[in-house]
Amino acid sequence: MEIFGIPLQAFLGQLLLGLVNGSFYAMLSLGLAVIFGLLGIVNFAHGALYMMGAYVAWLGLEKFGLNFWLALVAAPIIVGAVGVVVERTLLKHLYKIDHIYGLLLTFGLALIAEGIFRDQFGVSGQQYSVPESLQGATNLGFMVLPNYRGFVVVASLVICLGTWWVIERTRLGAYLRAGTENPALVQAFGINVPMMVMLTYGAGAGLAAMAGVLAAPVIQITPLMGSNLIIIVFAVVVIGGMGSIMGSILTGLALGLVEGLTKVFYPEASSIVVFVIMAIVLMIRPAGLFGKEK
Amino acid sequence: MSSSNAVDLARRARLGWGIGLALLVAAPFVGVYPVFMMKALCYAIFACAFNLLLGFTGLLSFGHAAYLGAAAYATGWLVRSAGWPPELGVLAGVALGAALGAVVGFIAIRRQGIYFAMITLAMAQMVFFVCLQAPFTGGEDGLQGVPRGKLLGLLPLNSDLVLYFVVLAVFVAVFLAVVRIVHSPYGQVLKAIRENEPRAISLGYDVDKYKLLAFVLSTAIAGLAGSMKTLVLGFATLSDVHWSLSGEVVLMTLLGGMGTFAGPVIGAFTIIGLQTYLADRVGSWVTVIIGAIFVVCVLAFRKGFVGEFNAWQQRRAKPAE
Repeated sequence: MEIFGIPLQAFLGQLLLGLVNGSFYAMLSLGLAVIFGLLGIVNFAHGALYMMGAYVAWLGLEKFGLNFWLALVAAPIIVGAVGVVVERTLLKHLYKIDHIYGLLLTFGLALIAEGIFRDQFGVSGQQYSVPESLQGATNLGFMVLPNYRGFVVVASLVICLGTWWVIERTRLGAYLRAGTENPALVQAFGINVPMMVMLTYGAGAGLAAMAGVLAAPVIQITPLMGSNLIIIVFAVVVIGGMGSIMGSILTGLALGLVEGLTKVFYPEASSIVVFVIMAIVLMIRPAGLFGKEK
Repeated sequence: MSSSNAVDLARRARLGWGIGLALLVAAPFVGVYPVFMMKALCYAIFACAFNLLLGFTGLLSFGHAAYLGAAAYATGWLVRSAGWPPELGVLAGVALGAALGAVVGFIAIRRQGIYFAMITLAMAQMVFFVCLQAPFTGGEDGLQGVPRGKLLGLLPLNSDLVLYFVVLAVFVAVFLAVVRIVHSPYGQVLKAIRENEPRAISLGYDVDKYKLLAFVLSTAIAGLAGSMKTLVLGFATLSDVHWSLSGEVVLMTLLGGMGTFAGPVIGAFTIIGLQTYLADRVGSWVTVIIGAIFVVCVLAFRKGFVGEFNAWQQRRAKPAE
C-alpha cells in the first residue's frame, strides 16, 4: 500500500518518529513555560538538564546496574536536586533585574555542564539499550509498531497531562498560577512563595531529566544533545506562546508530526521546518498560537 | 560642576582611545603575533556591532553568529571559487549580512525582550543548518584555503603586516562609525527606545523602523567582521555560524561593558586571548571557564570592565564637589 508514492509502512514509521520527537518537545516546552511563568527566566539550561537525565540513566546502568525503571525515578530526583541548588544559590539573585540576565546566566550554566560532561565522557555518542520488557514490536495490522516508541508517546502524554492537571486542577496549582500573576499578594496571604519558586524550578528540572531518560534508548547520548534540542524547543515555545500549558503540549506534539512529515516528503528541509513555521506564525500571529497579546 | 565633570570624562575617554590606538599600532613591532591581533580585531568589530544593538538599543540578539558566519562563507566562496578580488568579496559579505539582518530583523522585532532573543537564536540556527547542508559550504570541513589576494589589485595582503594595518584601519573606521551613530539624533532615539519604548512610541517615533535599521546596521558590521576574518585566517567553518559564537559575543560585550564604546573591544581581546591561551592547556575546560565567566558576570559584574571603571571614576570625582 502506498500514500503519495511512499510506502505506507515508511510513511507511518516517520510519523511515529515525529510523534516521539514531538513528545520530547512537549515535555521540554512545558517545563520551560512553567519556569518562565513563575520565575521570569528563560531556562537555557533546560537542555543541559535533559542531557544530564540521559547520562544519569546511562551511568546508572553502566556503574550501578540501575535498570531503566529505577532510572526513570532516580534521574528526576537527582537532577531536580541539582535544580533546587541552582535556584537557591544563583537564580534567586536575578528576579528583580531584566529577564535577559536569566537567559544569559542559564546559558553560562549550560556551557559549564556541557564542558564537564565532554571532559568526562567525550563527544562520541553512548548507547542505551531499550529495557527488556519493551523490546520488540507489535503488528497493528496497518503498521509494525516498535513497542518502546509507542511507550514513549504514551508515557510523555501521561506526564504532560499529569502536569497540566496539577497546575490547572489542584490547590497547589492554583497557588502556582496565582504566584505567576502576583507573587507579592500571594506571599501576603501566607504562602511561602520562595519555597514554591524553588520547588517549581526543581520540578521543571526533574521533568527535563525524565524526558532525558525516556530519550536515552532512542538517541545517541552526547554532551551536546541538550543544546541542539533546546533551540528547537525555543522555537516551539515561540510558536505556541508561553501563556498556556495545554498550548505547549499541543504545539510540541504537532511540530514533531510536521517534522516527521517533512522527513517523508522533503528530507533536506526537516531540520529547518520548525524555524520556518516559527517565522510564518510570527508574521500572522506575533503572540503565538495560544499566547495572549500583552 | 557636573557638566565640566562630563567634559572631563569625555576627554579622558578620548585619551584612553588614543593610548589604545597607539598600542594597536605598536603591537606587531614589539613581537605580538599579528594573526592573533587580527583575529582579535575582527571579533572586536563583531562585538562593537553587537553592542550597537544590546548596549545602545537594548535588543538582545542571541544569533549574531549567523551574520558573521554567512558573510565569512560568502567571502570565502567568492574569493576562492569565483576568483573575486578581496575588496569585492568583503563588500558582498557586508551586503549579505545586511540582507539577512533585514529578513530576520523584520520577523524578530514583532516580539520584545526575551522572545526577541529566542527568535533571533532560532533563525540563526536555521542559517546554521543551511550552512551545514548547502553544497557550496563544504559541510563539516568548511571552506579551506581562501587566498588573501591583493587589495584593489595593488596591496599584497599575503604579508601579515600589511593585512594587519588594513584590518586595523577597518576596525578604527567601524569604531568611529559606531561612536558617530550613537551620538547622532538617530542614536539618541535608539537610546530613548532602550530606556522606555512605550514613551518613544507616544512621542511619535516609528519604533519598529528605528529598531530594524539598528538591527541591519549591526548585522552589516557583523558581516564585515566575518568577511575580514575569512581573509585573515583563510577559512570559514561551521563554528563561525554556531550558537556558541553567538553566546561568546554576548559575553565579550557584557564582560567589557555594554553600552560603552571601548567595552566590547576590551571584552573581545580578553575572551579571544583567554581562548587562545587556554586552548592547548585545558581542553574541554575552556567551555567550563567561559561558562563560569558568564555566570560571574551576570551575578556580580553586570557593568563590565569599562562600566565599573567609569563608576569608580565618578565615585572618585563626587567628594571633590
